[in-house]
Amino acid sequence: MNRIESTFKKLRKAGKKAFIPYITAGDPDIATTKKIVCALEKAGADIIELGIPFSDPLADGPTIQKAIERSLKAGCTVKKVLDMVKQLRKMTHVPFVFMTYYNIVFNYGLKRFVRDTVSAGADGIIVPDLPMEEAGELIGIADREDFCVIQLSAPTTPPDRFKKIAKASRGFIYYVSLTGVTGMRKDLGTKLPGEIKKLKKMTRKPVCVGFGISNSAQAGKIASLSDGAIVGSALIKVIERGLNQKNVLAGKVEAFIRPIANAVHKV
Amino acid sequence: MRKMPRVPDEKGYFGIFGGKYIPETLMPAVRELIAAYKSVCKKSSFKKTLKHYLTEYAGRVTPLYFAEKLTAKLGGGKIYMKREDLLHTGAHKINNTLGQALLAVEMGKKRLIAETGAGQHGVATATVAALFGLKCEVYMGTEDMKRQRLNVFRMKLLGTKVIPVSSGSCTLKDAMNEAIRDWVTNVRDTFYVIGSVAGPHPYPLMVRDFQAVIGIEAKRQIAKKEKRLPTYLVACVGGGSNAMGLFYPFYNDKKVSFIGVEAAGEGAKTDHHAIALGKGKVGILHGSKSFILEDADGQIKLAHSISAGLDYPGVGPEHSYYKETGRAEYVSVTDAEALAGVKLLSETEGIIPALESAHAVYYLKKLAKKTKKKDIIIMCLSGRGDKDIDIISENM
Repeated sequence: MNRIESTFKKLRKAGKKAFIPYITAGDPDIATTKKIVCALEKAGADIIELGIPFSDPLADGPTIQKAIERSLKAGCTVKKVLDMVKQLRKMTHVPFVFMTYYNIVFNYGLKRFVRDTVSAGADGIIVPDLPMEEAGELIGIADREDFCVIQLSAPTTPPDRFKKIAKASRGFIYYVSLTGVTGMRKDLGTKLPGEIKKLKKMTRKPVCVGFGISNSAQAGKIASLSDGAIVGSALIKVIERGLNQKNVLAGKVEAFIRPIANAVHKV
Repeated sequence: MRKMPRVPDEKGYFGIFGGKYIPETLMPAVRELIAAYKSVCKKSSFKKTLKHYLTEYAGRVTPLYFAEKLTAKLGGGKIYMKREDLLHTGAHKINNTLGQALLAVEMGKKRLIAETGAGQHGVATATVAALFGLKCEVYMGTEDMKRQRLNVFRMKLLGTKVIPVSSGSCTLKDAMNEAIRDWVTNVRDTFYVIGSVAGPHPYPLMVRDFQAVIGIEAKRQIAKKEKRLPTYLVACVGGGSNAMGLFYPFYNDKKVSFIGVEAAGEGAKTDHHAIALGKGKVGILHGSKSFILEDADGQIKLAHSISAGLDYPGVGPEHSYYKETGRAEYVSVTDAEALAGVKLLSETEGIIPALESAHAVYYLKKLAKKTKKKDIIIMCLSGRGDKDIDIISENM
């Protein structure tokens, strides 16, 4: 069984929700990313989302854009990310989900990408510029390799379309909490709880919520309504602030993440 | 007019090119746009209103001018120029923004956003926003704001907010990223006016249709003047809207050769050019699959051209389709040659072309050697050079 799917099975059995942090691989460099991944697992991450940098990240806000720029400047490539995952896989069983843009996958070659990714030990992928209509080929290839293509749904997605997205999605469904790009928000909007409740009635697959979640209170609230909370930009900010002390960065990340993970797991 | 090719298909594909590679948040808006465009563009009231503004406001029909002096100087076939430079706001861009703004009004959208490189599309969008009383914000790279100061001021004067974009190369591609981010955020009340035959379906189709007026008029005009079809059509290609506007209505006239002129920047053999069709690979950028400039890992490369309007690492998907099927040929002209093109047209015909159009002008010089006196060439003079005077004077 795919590691993402077995993770949700275990969490459900225990009556728990998933905490999913996002970091950009190679920010500030591959060696530090490795340490941060280990810190995230230690702090309670159930699944880790690893961004493969792309020069034109049109679904990302300024914080993640800067992380991607740092990663590319430090020389990050797809191959380096795959090698890193291969090494990490020897140390941990935490599921890895890649987040990248379609040109990266297309340029690498769909079949080759899925094959190399699976053999490196990653478990799924999120491609924010690949809507359901265009995702068929990738899903077909991924299914044969037991690899999850996680589809996104947005507040603008009508119910009948959500049902189709839920059907096509594997691992979980990524619900984008707001109309906008990634980045921290003060408030998550009053409509969000109702929206999530509606979606949960339409699918039995896990629904995890991301975009804008930046603290324990928000993460706990989201987790109580859904199957998991995804935190990206707020975590990247911690990395950004600690760039001149790389040796203690992993510790700082762990300290920041632990209370958020606890808030999610307490639900 | 004879039947046009059935591209794009229902899904927005021109062969393998095109499609809708955009975030899910935008999908319902794009589906709404496809439906709205499909129904609105057939309405006679819409056609009538658009025609009214194109004629009375923008200044259509534009002349098909026989460039007698240039023809004599170059010594090849007869050169005609489709004078889009004479339109209101100084370039062909207004054909498209009038169409899209009227569509936005039909759809009840109150706010327009746009990306701009040279500023021509930004000015054309700001203009129609003022005309139809819509709020307007235009994204522009800080590098382009520096080299196109005049257009930045024009937009402000028209009541548009120009938002500087300082990510990446600070040019057109980054402005487009930022405009898409705005669209994702404000999708419910905002209409994104894309300036070229690029972006997700239905934009390549819609912009082509609005720009096809160039070729439709040219075809009628050349029939009247010469009683036959042209031998060559020549136009510059960045995203490719003026070229597509000229080419498309001649698609089925297989004897008419299409030549698109890309920007070779500092040279096709250097790393500083914008030759997406000639030297790029197939990839995905800004919502569609097309030829793009990228490195071995799929990162988008920075384009370079002296002309801000051609300084883009991608190209409209229909051009990629024309290249793959051999319907059009794509060549390139360097920065230095484009400047020579400005000088050539200014001195021989008394017309100062935009740096973008000057790429096509210079190519006429190369083409003349291949043509016979009886050949007819129609070049799209897509814009006038006023906006480029600073750059031209600095480089001469």
